[in-house]
Amino acid sequence: MIHIVKRKEMPFAHAMAIRFGVIGLALIVCGIVTMLTTGLSPIDVYGTMVSGAFGTMRKTWILLQETAILLCVSLALVPAFRMKFWNLGGEGQILIGAFAAAACMITLGNSLPAPVLILVMLATSLLAGGVWALIPAFFKARWNTNETLFTLMMNYVATQLVAYFVIVWEVPKGSGNIGIINQSSEAGWLPTLMHNKYLLIVLVAIALTVAMYVYLNYGKQGYEIAVVGESPNTARYVGIKVNRVIMRTLVISGALCGLVGFLLVAGSAHTLTTSLAGGRGFTAVMVAWLAKFNPFIMVGSSMLLEFMSSGAGEISTIYGLNHSFGDILTGIILFFIIGTEFFITYKVVFSKKGAEQHV
Amino acid sequence: MEATQPAVRLRNISKSFGQVQANTDVSLDINRGEVLALLGENGSGKTTLMNMLSGIYFPDSGTIEIDGKPVVIGSPKDAFDYGIGMIHQHFKLVNVFTATENIVLGLKEPGKLDLDAAAEKVKQICDLYGFDVDPHQKVYDMSVSQKQTVEIVKLLYRGAEILILDEPTAVLTPQETEKLFAVLRNMRDDGKAVIIITHKLNEVKDISDRVVVLRKGSYVGELVTADATTQEMTNMMVGRQVSLNIDRPDPEMKYRMERISVKNLTVKNREGITKLDDVSFSIFTGEILGIAGISGSGQKELLEAIAGLQPVENGSIEYHVDDETTEQLIGMDPLKIAGMGVVLSFVPEDRLGMGLVGSMDITDNMMLRSFRNGPLPFTDRSEPRHLAELVVDELDVNTPGVATPVRRLSGGNVQKVLVGREIAAAPTVLLSAYAVRGLDVNSSYVIYDLLNRQKGNGVAVVYVGEDLDVLLELCDRILVLCGGKVSGIVDGRTTTKNEVGLMMTRLGGGEVA
Amino acid sequence: MFDFLVSFIPRAVVQGIPLLYGSTGEIVTEKSGNLNLGIPGVMYVGGICGVIGSFLYERSLADPSQMNAALGILIPLLCCLLGSLLMGLLYCFLTVTLRANQNVTGLAMTTFGVGVGNFFGGSLIKLTGADVPSIALSATSNLYRTRLPFAAGLGWFGQVFLSYGFLAYAAIIIAVLVSYVLNHTRMGLQLRAVGEDPATADAAGINITRYKFIATCAGCMIAGLGGLYYVMDYANGVWSNDAFGDRGWLAIALVIFTIWRPNVSIGASILFGGLYILYLFIPTGKDLAVKELYKMLPYVVTIVVLVFSSLRNKRENQPPESLGLPYFREER
Repeated sequence: MIHIVKRKEMPFAHAMAIRFGVIGLALIVCGIVTMLTTGLSPIDVYGTMVSGAFGTMRKTWILLQETAILLCVSLALVPAFRMKFWNLGGEGQILIGAFAAAACMITLGNSLPAPVLILVMLATSLLAGGVWALIPAFFKARWNTNETLFTLMMNYVATQLVAYFVIVWEVPKGSGNIGIINQSSEAGWLPTLMHNKYLLIVLVAIALTVAMYVYLNYGKQGYEIAVVGESPNTARYVGIKVNRVIMRTLVISGALCGLVGFLLVAGSAHTLTTSLAGGRGFTAVMVAWLAKFNPFIMVGSSMLLEFMSSGAGEISTIYGLNHSFGDILTGIILFFIIGTEFFITYKVVFSKKGAEQHV
Repeated sequence: MEATQPAVRLRNISKSFGQVQANTDVSLDINRGEVLALLGENGSGKTTLMNMLSGIYFPDSGTIEIDGKPVVIGSPKDAFDYGIGMIHQHFKLVNVFTATENIVLGLKEPGKLDLDAAAEKVKQICDLYGFDVDPHQKVYDMSVSQKQTVEIVKLLYRGAEILILDEPTAVLTPQETEKLFAVLRNMRDDGKAVIIITHKLNEVKDISDRVVVLRKGSYVGELVTADATTQEMTNMMVGRQVSLNIDRPDPEMKYRMERISVKNLTVKNREGITKLDDVSFSIFTGEILGIAGISGSGQKELLEAIAGLQPVENGSIEYHVDDETTEQLIGMDPLKIAGMGVVLSFVPEDRLGMGLVGSMDITDNMMLRSFRNGPLPFTDRSEPRHLAELVVDELDVNTPGVATPVRRLSGGNVQKVLVGREIAAAPTVLLSAYAVRGLDVNSSYVIYDLLNRQKGNGVAVVYVGEDLDVLLELCDRILVLCGGKVSGIVDGRTTTKNEVGLMMTRLGGGEVA
Repeated sequence: MFDFLVSFIPRAVVQGIPLLYGSTGEIVTEKSGNLNLGIPGVMYVGGICGVIGSFLYERSLADPSQMNAALGILIPLLCCLLGSLLMGLLYCFLTVTLRANQNVTGLAMTTFGVGVGNFFGGSLIKLTGADVPSIALSATSNLYRTRLPFAAGLGWFGQVFLSYGFLAYAAIIIAVLVSYVLNHTRMGLQLRAVGEDPATADAAGINITRYKFIATCAGCMIAGLGGLYYVMDYANGVWSNDAFGDRGWLAIALVIFTIWRPNVSIGASILFGGLYILYLFIPTGKDLAVKELYKMLPYVVTIVVLVFSSLRNKRENQPPESLGLPYFREER
């Protein structure tokens, strides 16, 4: 019979070694799946993936930028998750932040000097994202309304709102697209640092990682978040205003998602579409969870997922396959890592006593 | 009774959990038509032993015989099949189901599910033994004693012949206990074997025919109840001559002043049900005020209202800083109330949950009240670490270190950490609820001692407890709550258990007119 | 007004049927205490597996329009059920056997499932080396879209009540059946106990693991049929990527809307289906943008319902008490 017992506590290094081993195993399985669908030899599979991710300087920078953006979203969600608030609304919060930035660019693009415009865009994006997250947080705090579904629905409300304005602002009329905003004046575009248009976003992500780590682990607010997440009753007993912490944390979470929306519009896309967030709000949930909500480990997990998707993208391009191939590989890796946690927390004992034991 | 085979025969049963030896070589017999009391302190292995009989655990070694035949009990289902049923301290009932639905749950009767027929059968059982159960009542609408009744009926419905009750009276009033015992006697006379696990000697005397004593997981001996004295049983249980008395120093009368006066306090809960109704009383410095009542009579709401955690409908709570200055606590920020020295330590059923965070270490738990100190937006852990070391040291907390998560500590140590932190805040009013919940005798005395020391320092101590014997021995005055109203306030030195018990069930006590 | 309803209701119904499958499946799952956020993925997988089965079968025939009707229906149906079952098993293995977090597992399944759907939808032709321009399974679809022969002759009655393929009626029958099983059978009672209070159910001798597996897998298979209905009936056998959209999430929202009652879900799904397409019926003139705002309706309504259901405190209307929590017997 199989008997499952909780482990004492696995040393951190040991646990990480297991996790890396499993990622290796998952990569092998991904290779096999790719081989079966494309007929590539396993070595070519990985070769193609690596070259898709790091093949050229440009590809490497794109990978870094994508990692940075995904990391920022994960960092935005992590305070909420530490509080056990399932914010699945990252998607909508990013979109609404992007919408705010685009709205400023379109309406104020000609009337404000560039630095002021960027500051105004930043402020409205943060505000919009914050408000978008505050709505479900308010109802959660006040009436314990299920936040998982509320935030999820807010995504689609945001999508439709953006869809509405995309048609209102479309250029040319009837195209269904906004096109590049302020293409000639570049008003509201983020400047390039050292002639590298990717660098700024990467730097923002690094700064945010450190800041979030300090905030969560050494800040008074971070401590409050942990107490509320672990035990709302205890928090209430020691005079923490649980409702206020929930709302404040979600405003932070949403505002940072809004920041990502701002970065996407002002820093890379320079336009607004309904698919601008690109599923990052959901992927980031998994990035954060895989890293056990530790900002530094999240750097690694976001890099892994972006590597998989760009590598799979390369394979699909070369073989003329659909780009969703990346989602399949990502899914496989996730399943492996999700399953691993069990073996880190518990150990399975095989006992010979047979019928005498019970699980 | 003499010539018949014992219903259950346990031989040389041992069980360990990792390093902890829970039972060592225990042998005992259980007879039909008899109430057997299994007596022992907390942690003496009573519950573990019975869990092996009911299929929750499996013994490491030893044999179990039912009606003379050796059997293997590997799951609760096996136990049912042998007619063994156990009622745990935490009831196993589904809240949104009716009594009948709970009773038939898991049964594999042939044919269609017929709840009406089942309800009829439930009624028959109730009539036979004198239970009072509405088969269609939802469990969430039931009182603790009704839930317990449903548990017993559930076992009888399944044809249980051997019933094990784990500390069944812990949650009952003296009157409800009497009712339960009457039913148990009916079942005994019906030829069933009844085992009750308890550490309360008076109950052993009251209900059992025979008593088996366990100590530190081992069988110590057995007595025929009728021939045994309470002192004899205590000595067997504890293993040495002990005094059962809790210290009760007289209050220092010269510094005595009224610290808090509660007037006409009315509180409703979220659902709009009145939990406290026109409650008025005073708390004095240098005394322990006990609060007695059936669980859910408004104890929690009362303490929370004083601590500012509970919205109040009506009334006033005045805090007397000194003879001249008085502050109104209602409407005041809970943090400010705590800052004035009014601290609340509430030990909930899971022991964590209110006041401690299980996954955090002792240091981080120490700063729950103080983390806001300092002008920076960052926390400073040096002070709390120092406090943690102090508490661990002074209260003799058994832990590998202050960086150990609280969840890993045993119950007594968890409570020491909690009470230690509250006392370290140098309170003027210490509100403590269920401070000895689930503790063994020795740990309980440590806590009583801590409370008494606070009393000696002039702190106004409020003690909410479940055990009437303790309330009667520890407290200077006892306020009895009944359905959210003050049923009376009595002197702890002169009142009797019966008087308090009656007041718990009926306003003002007294017999039915 | 009457003419409007006669044309509106059938369209609301066909929109509502995938939602009904999804919500019935999710209700069964949630009653066992599993919150499966992977349902949107499962519905994609159900749909694409049906498509793959049908595609391969049609290609194996010289003339698809002459196909055996029974096989033409059964092959996609079984493929769909098998694909959804595998997804259910995966979810159960991770969350029940390995006690993984249900939200994360569900989201990963949705990523994976939508990926599988779009990948095979987009690459099936290339992978099989077929020489058709796009996946259009009209022969199979015609079987799935077969209406009662006399329905057309019954005027408005036929249009409102009898103008649907057999999977639409199956959805309603399944919902009624599930409702009965949950409330009036021993199995239903035990399943509800597992979702409410697994420790109690365990003590009563109910096999928690088995119930969770069976309920979740059955739920996934029911939900998967929603995907199949969508491609084969609603979309005339044409698979287009991402066309199924966010219906899976709406199905999960419906579970709350109906307070865990599949029989209520029959009407509610049709209502949501109506909200989903209401924008087509509201005259907005030349203003196309406003239509986008009307598309918000189902989500806004769900939010409002979510808020209202959290306001009422009746115990019976709350989610299963252990929803989202893994269960394991306490170890000392």
